[in-house]
Amino acid sequence: MASDWLQHQTTSQGPFPPINVFQQADDLLAIIELPGIDKSSLQVEAKENTIRIAGKKVVAYPDGVSVHRRERVAGEFDRTISLPIDLKPDGIKAEYRDGILALFLPRSEQDKPRTITVS
Amino acid sequence: MSPQELQVQKKREQEGKEEGTMPARAFAPTADIYEDRDSLRVILEMPGVEKSNVNVRVEDGVLFVEGRLDLTKYRGLQPLYTEYNIGNYSRSFRLSNVIDQDQIAAELKDGVLSLILPKVAKTKPRTIQIS
Repeated sequence: MASDWLQHQTTSQGPFPPINVFQQADDLLAIIELPGIDKSSLQVEAKENTIRIAGKKVVAYPDGVSVHRRERVAGEFDRTISLPIDLKPDGIKAEYRDGILALFLPRSEQDKPRTITVS
Repeated sequence: MSPQELQVQKKREQEGKEEGTMPARAFAPTADIYEDRDSLRVILEMPGVEKSNVNVRVEDGVLFVEGRLDLTKYRGLQPLYTEYNIGNYSRSFRLSNVIDQDQIAAELKDGVLSLILPKVAKTKPRTIQIS
């Protein structure tokens, strides 16, 4: 699999959130850093070889405080990425824990390499 | 109207005076700091860090925060495409107030560490009566 398959794609609507993609046997695992998200605001969609991650990151300050440093970012995000494999949509699992969104992306059966017996 | 687009913040690698003893890299967690009358609040984003792997301490007026990542979870995974670096988190702040160290409260939720550092009574602001 080429390592530059995401560089030239046009489906991305924004670079947030940052994504790391790993290969695990035939399947892929996407690990996305999303600290401090309300799980119910997260939307994950999968279709053929694309996944879409949308949601909202909220950073709230109580009233009557003086802010000394503000580095955390907040807002809405919507990102679509294409993958080099066809996915099995009903096999996809999403898990949000400790501010990390993990997407288990199984390869569709048709996309799996097949061993051909040479007669 | 298009929604506000979030920016990816590049992780800043820690280049402290002291080197760590662990082989992993350390990055500065994104921080918010604000203050109210009674306490100083420090909010740090450390995605992937579990509660048991956080270390907070105040020493000579400096707040040290460390978060270790369980890198064994990445064992056996072959990176295909990466956009962010993985490593431990570490950051320190010189405190401008005297903090009651025994009363520091810490909460870790969804990779966000919230610290409440209560000020020692004598450093709280006082209204001065003008006679």
